[in-house]
Amino acid sequence: MSAPNKSYDPVEVEALKPERIDAARDEALAAIAAADGLDALREVRTAHSGDRSPLALANREIGALPPQAKADAGRRVGQARGAVSKAFAARQEQLERERDERVLVEEAVDVTLPWDRVPAGARHPLTTLSERVEDIFVAMGYEVAEGPEVEADWFNFDALNIGPDHPARTTQDTFFVADDREGAAPDASGLVLRTHTSPVQIRSMLTRELPLYLICPGRVYRTDELDATHTPVFNQVELIAIDEGLTMSDLKGTLDHMVQSLFGPGTHTRLRPNHFPFTEPSAEMDMLCFRCRGASVGNPDRPCRTCSSEGWIELGGCGVINPRVLVACGIDPDRYSGFAAGFGLERMLMFRHNIVDMRDMIEGDVRFTRPFGMEI
Amino acid sequence: MRAPLSWLREYVDLPDGTTGRDVATRLIAAGLEVETVERLGDDLTGPLVVGRVLAVEELTGFKKPIRWCQVDVGAANGTGEPQNIVCGATNFRPGDHVVVILPGGVLPGGFAISARKTYGKVSEGMICSARELGLGDDHDGIIVLPPGHEPGTDAIALLELVDEVLDIAVTPDRGYCLSMRGLARETATAYGLPLRDPALLDVPAPNADGYPARVEDPEACDRLVLRGVTGVRPDAVSPLWLTRRLQKAGMRPISLAVDITNYVMLEIGQPLHAYDHARLSGPIGVRRATAGERLTTLDDVKRVLDAEDLVITDDSGPVALAGVMGGADTEIAETAEQPLVGQPQGTTGIVLEAAHFAPVPVARSARRHKLASEASRRFERGVDPEAAPAAAQRAVDLLVLLAGGTAHPGVTEVGGPGTPTRITVPADHPDAVAGVTYGRETVVRRLQEVGCTVTGSDVLTVTPPSWRPDLTDPNDLAEEVIRLEGYEALPSRLPRPPAGRGLTGRQRLHRRTGRALAGAGYVEAPNYPFTGPAQYDALGLAADDPRRRTVRLVNPLDDTESGLRTTLLPGLLEALRRNHGRGAQDLALFETGLVFLAEGDEPAAFRPAVTARPSDEEIAALNSALPRQPRRVAVVLAGGREQNGWWGPARPATWADAVEAARTVARAAGAELHVENATYAPWHPGRCAALSVDLDGERTLVGHAGELHPRVVKALGLPDRTCAMEADLDLLERAGAGVVEAPRIASFPVATQDVALVVDADVPSAEVEAALRDGAGELLESLRLFDVFTGEQLGTGRKSLAYALRFRAADRTLTADELTAAREAAVAAAAERTGASLRA
Repeated sequence: MSAPNKSYDPVEVEALKPERIDAARDEALAAIAAADGLDALREVRTAHSGDRSPLALANREIGALPPQAKADAGRRVGQARGAVSKAFAARQEQLERERDERVLVEEAVDVTLPWDRVPAGARHPLTTLSERVEDIFVAMGYEVAEGPEVEADWFNFDALNIGPDHPARTTQDTFFVADDREGAAPDASGLVLRTHTSPVQIRSMLTRELPLYLICPGRVYRTDELDATHTPVFNQVELIAIDEGLTMSDLKGTLDHMVQSLFGPGTHTRLRPNHFPFTEPSAEMDMLCFRCRGASVGNPDRPCRTCSSEGWIELGGCGVINPRVLVACGIDPDRYSGFAAGFGLERMLMFRHNIVDMRDMIEGDVRFTRPFGMEI
Repeated sequence: MRAPLSWLREYVDLPDGTTGRDVATRLIAAGLEVETVERLGDDLTGPLVVGRVLAVEELTGFKKPIRWCQVDVGAANGTGEPQNIVCGATNFRPGDHVVVILPGGVLPGGFAISARKTYGKVSEGMICSARELGLGDDHDGIIVLPPGHEPGTDAIALLELVDEVLDIAVTPDRGYCLSMRGLARETATAYGLPLRDPALLDVPAPNADGYPARVEDPEACDRLVLRGVTGVRPDAVSPLWLTRRLQKAGMRPISLAVDITNYVMLEIGQPLHAYDHARLSGPIGVRRATAGERLTTLDDVKRVLDAEDLVITDDSGPVALAGVMGGADTEIAETAEQPLVGQPQGTTGIVLEAAHFAPVPVARSARRHKLASEASRRFERGVDPEAAPAAAQRAVDLLVLLAGGTAHPGVTEVGGPGTPTRITVPADHPDAVAGVTYGRETVVRRLQEVGCTVTGSDVLTVTPPSWRPDLTDPNDLAEEVIRLEGYEALPSRLPRPPAGRGLTGRQRLHRRTGRALAGAGYVEAPNYPFTGPAQYDALGLAADDPRRRTVRLVNPLDDTESGLRTTLLPGLLEALRRNHGRGAQDLALFETGLVFLAEGDEPAAFRPAVTARPSDEEIAALNSALPRQPRRVAVVLAGGREQNGWWGPARPATWADAVEAARTVARAAGAELHVENATYAPWHPGRCAALSVDLDGERTLVGHAGELHPRVVKALGLPDRTCAMEADLDLLERAGAGVVEAPRIASFPVATQDVALVVDADVPSAEVEAALRDGAGELLESLRLFDVFTGEQLGTGRKSLAYALRFRAADRTLTADELTAAREAAVAAAAERTGASLRA
């Protein structure tokens, strides 16, 4: 840098002559405009606004000027440098935008490409349907109870008022557990594969406090060969309520609420008399067909596959708990009453989802299960 | 029970125009399960008439016998001339009365009849068989009618071909509905009409002149009525009305005497047995059989009797299995080959037995001998004990009327009317059960309609009728009132349970497990729990492996699979194999479910009384008889865990995926899982992980994971390199950490240090990692193994493990010295515990 020199004639500083500054500025602006890429612009920047650029060099000379000339020259150089800097920024931004547009176009992909790297998993619809039913009852205040599948026949039969000579207690219907202890008769074990989830109700009545509102889902067993409509292993959901003053009307209301929750508003149940040892009165429960709402009955033009144009779909059995069952569980039948209902999940799944062959639910074929996803 | 509408009308004056469907609707509302309403003769169009065969000419030259017949059909053909008809049956002769359909008629099944040329003749109609008319399966020949019907008579009316039949499934408590009498009562009540009870008959008082009887087991047989009919015409045949009613009710006509006993059984519900008097020797007895006694029943099966079997005897020994089936030796001679025509037979003296047997012995005998009969079905469900005298009388009357017999004046009756049950019930009990106010008047009226005698005002004393042995408790009476008032009239009311506590931890874990595994790409496949030794052989289990100790079934569906699973793997692997067999390549399946683990020394379960709550000790004893039934989770994998695609090649499923599935489940349970190398069937001995958790301060094995043994893969026909995991979900739940303690999140900078350690190849990485963690101390935020390397430069039997360690302090930026110290401490601990050295 030149030192201040009073003897030096400022007019004599060539670099600070206005025409030189203007020329340097114009030259820079032209070069910026001509730069056709970011690399070229970087070079232009070094040449025209770097430390060795004409305007930078001119700026250094300002100090050599006498005070009266400094302001003038400073303003001139400053304006020139400002213009160059602004032009540079504008060009830089423009070139970057052009580059980005080009690169983003180059980076475009086919977003319709599939991504089935890990095929989706799924839960079995019998599991999720059971949970759906459980949730409906849990929302009402019920609790979910579970129990063993190999069960003492006292829990499975006797306590439920199913006497020793009831036809269900034969090898025609029930799987009996062999007694493998040495010297024991083969059928002396007193154990069966539970034929319903009702023993869970008995266990609950024996151990839980009253009032009692429970739902008992689970696997049960009967000696049917597997075919399109039968399976020896199936899933049942039973509900039981024991409280003071419970009536058959409460049962009806509870069932209505259940089918409405599962099949939508407007559906309801119908009770028909039937006979079960553990309930008295007993009833068969049907629900209004959720698809045709009964419109298919006597209407051959609009047949309904779901209810076979019957208008009603059989759900299962229910009734007022037989006071004898309460007595066997140590519950005072003069103070408490209750109701119970049970239905098969396979059947419900079949008509709810239009499943034609029972075996599809049994065989574990992933093609069947996948579409049901995580919840139903 | 099949109930023809025309028969029901005999007891109830149903309004004109009432259809079978109408009656069915009313009966269904009253609680009877009407399964079908069959419309007989719906698709039959006449002219269908009685014909008398005038002449028969055998045509020759055909492969089968063909007859050219002239049949008198009266004026039915408009001309009165004989009708020429070609017929292929040979069971008739000139003079016989037959059933003829004339041209223009249509037989069931839409078979239109016209005059047509066949076998060289023009046949003007057809002589019909029973099957062609929809009367039954009999196609052995054409129908030959009993004599006495004018040619040209309308056979549709004569044979009662147009009718409706209600088929009703009778529940076990409604034995009385296995009779027209019971169904008529329900129909009358449903329509509010009077009933003509067919059992209201004048019956002569018992006397000493009847056939002698001796009842040795009055509990099993509390009533025995014997009546005699003599001079029965052996050639008497069942009239059409009788055979038709039997057919419509689903029974086959056999012979007049048998048809009459069956008819009375259908009508009144009382099974009867007719003995050939000449073939009985000595008094009729009722007793338990002696073990080993023999009886040939009417179905010609020789049966060896059990000491529990109740039998009817004469001096020769058992002559019938009581309430189940008669014996062949005392059978009334029958003419089975000609249902509508009788041939002269020898039986002229008949002894009728009408007894009341207790349900249980009959049910047991029927089951023991696998012999369910019309009689046993009724006795099992309860027959009206007061009906026996009337039923016997009815049969006597019919034998006199139809077979020209004479009623023997002797009337044997052992036992008498039993003590009726009395039920005391508050008049508003049905209201309390239903949640509806019926009022006393309605309650009393409905109970009376059922047949009960009712007295009392606020508290009723109710005596059920003899045909309703099922009515024993107040709730039984409530049901009668509620069903007759209509279940459909019950209001819908939602009870308000107390607040619940939601799902249990075990239930929530079960759901989380399913969701976590499905989220990881596994598809749930629940399987049957039946297994057998072959499956355990295929899994390569040692002879003394405890998993072979299965809970066994007495009556398995498949004798090779009589055990209950002790592991989920056989079923799940079978599902994998099935999917693979159906073309699926990349498979990941899971299952949760119970296994059944017997120690083998569980006591037998006993059966406490049901008259009171069993004691806690009794309940505990019952529970101790059960095998342990923990819930397990299992996965199986084969093919690619990740499929190939535009992103790159497939990644095959390996042992590591199986172990990761265990970690996924353990994470869902909030349990810390320890993994160690193990050797355990059915896994590959070098690729099997034992899985354990800390439970109550002890390291507890919860399962295994890894690649299956190649021999197992081959034996089970599985895809190569199939992998599997199985773990005890209940133990994992117990090992869950409970409430998570939230970590403090520090915002000071992290410092990363990588170390590569060389160890012997058999040193488990988990041990190296544990040593590094312990050595690095509290400043270590996380540690991750990012590379495993083996190679010549390390020397054989050595491997290099490269870890990234991240350090951070909660309150300051770590200095270089602190970092170095922590890193060196970590490496030193690994060196000391695992022999690790820093890789040069």
